[in-house]
Amino acid sequence: MTLAVDIALPGLDVAFEVPPGVTVLFGPSGAGKSRTLGAIAGLLVPTRGRIALGDELWFDGKPRLAIHARNVAYVFQSLALFPHLTALENVAYGLRGEDRRDRARAMLARMRVEPLADRKPRTFSGGEAQRVALARAFVVRPRVVLLDEPFSALDRKVKATLLDEVGAMLAEHRVPALFVTHQPEDATMLGERVVFLEHGKVTRTAPMSEQPFAT
Amino acid sequence: MLRRVLMDAAPLLLSFEIAACATVLAAILGIAVATLLANVRFPGRDLLETLFSAPLVMPPTVLGYYVLVALGRRSFVGQAFEAVTGSSIVFTVTGAVVAAVIGALPLVVKSARTALEEVDPTLVFAARTLGAPPLRALFTIQLPLAARGIVAALMLAFARSLGDFGVTLMVAGNIPGQTQTAALAIYDAIEAHREHDASLMITVLTGTCLGLLYGVGKLTARR
Repeated sequence: MTLAVDIALPGLDVAFEVPPGVTVLFGPSGAGKSRTLGAIAGLLVPTRGRIALGDELWFDGKPRLAIHARNVAYVFQSLALFPHLTALENVAYGLRGEDRRDRARAMLARMRVEPLADRKPRTFSGGEAQRVALARAFVVRPRVVLLDEPFSALDRKVKATLLDEVGAMLAEHRVPALFVTHQPEDATMLGERVVFLEHGKVTRTAPMSEQPFAT
Repeated sequence: MLRRVLMDAAPLLLSFEIAACATVLAAILGIAVATLLANVRFPGRDLLETLFSAPLVMPPTVLGYYVLVALGRRSFVGQAFEAVTGSSIVFTVTGAVVAAVIGALPLVVKSARTALEEVDPTLVFAARTLGAPPLRALFTIQLPLAARGIVAALMLAFARSLGDFGVTLMVAGNIPGQTQTAALAIYDAIEAHREHDASLMITVLTGTCLGLLYGVGKLTARR
């Protein structure tokens, strides 16, 4: 299913489609990338427009589907791990059912942070916090994935490993994914296509096979 | 001697009972209003905030007058309460609790609202995107993270309730053995030049209030 986005917010007017796979939303700071993700997730209400996943309408001038019903995995730039909950409780937060803790533990193991299960976020390193945040986002089997520069604070080596792992997870769980970044190398590593955003407008879209960042 | 101490302690015990009841009621109503003010934009929001702040600055006699009009024996609420319980609100301990709640509410609403607004909104957004309806996000993320500030607010509310004088006098009267709280008993004792009779109550109220304020300071200090 494709995510169709055509929305306006003050200083932002964008229209593009996100087919299954990773689409990079690329642009400088202040271009409107994070606000676009916020609108897709339902955290911001556009002044006009339409958001739909396949035939399911999410927004058409009014919100048609509540935030909690959209089943969006949103990895925030700040990661937004719940500081009063352990890693296991963070990952299990979005799950239902008696086996929720088992499923959360399995996802922590998959992200290679299972030993952190009973620890709280203030004790995590940057890379560990990223892994727990990604585990929490992917464990809910999302229908759309939104990654808002979650790797910007990491060193190059840790970032490359995590991009590989996220890429593998998204290849396995093929849903529309939007990856916000202003780093061409990150975009090239993870993305299949790119939407360029400047001053709140889409200036160009291109598949990564066309090497859109080549000068 | 023991009898004397118990007699001196009766208004104090009544004050602590009233303050405990008032704090519970102010917590329920005050946290609900604070949540509304912190999280929801709606017409009349500023007016609601003003109404709940008013007891901070209004003369106690004016507040007491409004309570008498709203809850007195001739009011609809007063008559309904009396029909159900067989007792009136005014000139009873219930009236003293109402008076204490009115004094405590602004402190709960203002402090709890600040505590709720200080919680990083991204955490609440994250909970919502993980499938939490608004109330679940409130009870599992926002309120627990604001807990220190809210506990501090309730401690302030308890201290304020403990010492209410003006509104209590207007609404509950000053009936020894029935509605005479420690603050009222101290006034009576000082007016009758029986300072010695007031000394226990003054000491306990001073110690309790200073202890609560110290606790509030510790709870709200930046970590």
